[in-house]
Amino acid sequence: MKLLMYLTDFIVPVVVLGIVAYGAMEQVKVYDEFIRGAKKGFYTVIRIMPTLIGLMVAVGILRASGFLDLLSGLLGKVTDYIGFPSQLVPLSIVKMFSSSAATGLLLDVFKEYGTDSRIGLIASIMMSCTETIFYTMSVYFMAAKVKKTRYTLTGALLATLAGIMASVFIAGRM
Amino acid sequence: MLNYLWAGMIVVGIIFGAFQGKMPDITDAALESSKEAVTLCLTMMGVMSFWTGLMEIATKAGIIEWLSSVMRPAIRFMFPRIPRGHKANEHITTNIIANILGLGWAATPAGLQAMEALGELEEERGHKRDVASDEMCTFLILNISSLQLIPINVIAYRSQYGSVDPARIVGAGLLATTISTLVAIIYCKFKNRRGSR
Repeated sequence: MKLLMYLTDFIVPVVVLGIVAYGAMEQVKVYDEFIRGAKKGFYTVIRIMPTLIGLMVAVGILRASGFLDLLSGLLGKVTDYIGFPSQLVPLSIVKMFSSSAATGLLLDVFKEYGTDSRIGLIASIMMSCTETIFYTMSVYFMAAKVKKTRYTLTGALLATLAGIMASVFIAGRM
Repeated sequence: MLNYLWAGMIVVGIIFGAFQGKMPDITDAALESSKEAVTLCLTMMGVMSFWTGLMEIATKAGIIEWLSSVMRPAIRFMFPRIPRGHKANEHITTNIIANILGLGWAATPAGLQAMEALGELEEERGHKRDVASDEMCTFLILNISSLQLIPINVIAYRSQYGSVDPARIVGAGLLATTISTLVAIIYCKFKNRRGSR
């Protein structure tokens, strides 16, 4: 596992080195091309900035109102019957909206129940096999100026549900 | 849909907050969140520019072409209707490679460019621009199903909070990710086969 962590430390620097060194070897004007490409990234962020402001304000309001907590509490009563720990309901809901908010909740779960408890394990696996549905959808679809998203949400929810079910199942066998 | 979702979040939040006596918190949250969004964009601007700059070098040097050729069979399987040589292929490949490596910050710019390219493809096909194409739905569902090989951030948090074996969940996470991605692939294949629109 040390090796894996070691490898992870190396990924970014090695990718940077590989690209720049290989580019220079291939006679690419690396600095000129870098500047040209950097401009594209700059404008991409400017384009998504209004989207991000709109979305983060809406999520912020929903969180401050206490509505997310109420929703989790209500759904928790249902999930207890199917064997899903209600303590993880807020995490699974918030993860659909915001990755950073979910990280905050994950750390809270670790503090409350321990990293290696059943709840801690399910939370760890869940966080590594799901993505922020609504955030990803709104940012990506707004970039493409799409309003009708068709079956994306159904598919995304289905994949997320499969991931969560797998997490509970696998954690029970560890 | 996004219009309803967004309006719904704000309307529900404010009305619910009013009954809970949370009005000052809501004002704070609205102001703080908008500020947070701008700060986040400033950080992202640096990282994204750095990444798209590097990608420009990689493209010119033919590295992306090489990686794409490795990934091509898989991409063709999931997106059979994107014409060969269309730039959407390249952006989708970059995004998927970055996602697998867990470089989330690198995946987003490529993903946005992929969506723009797919939008242009829809216009070339003579379809309406504001309706998602099969490719867009598939691409997003795949992205949301999570493709990450090693959840390095979760491992880091676990070790920080005193886990005996922080990396214990790597295999389990990989298995769960494989399951969610398989479900995504099967669902998209099923939807695309019905030749909707």
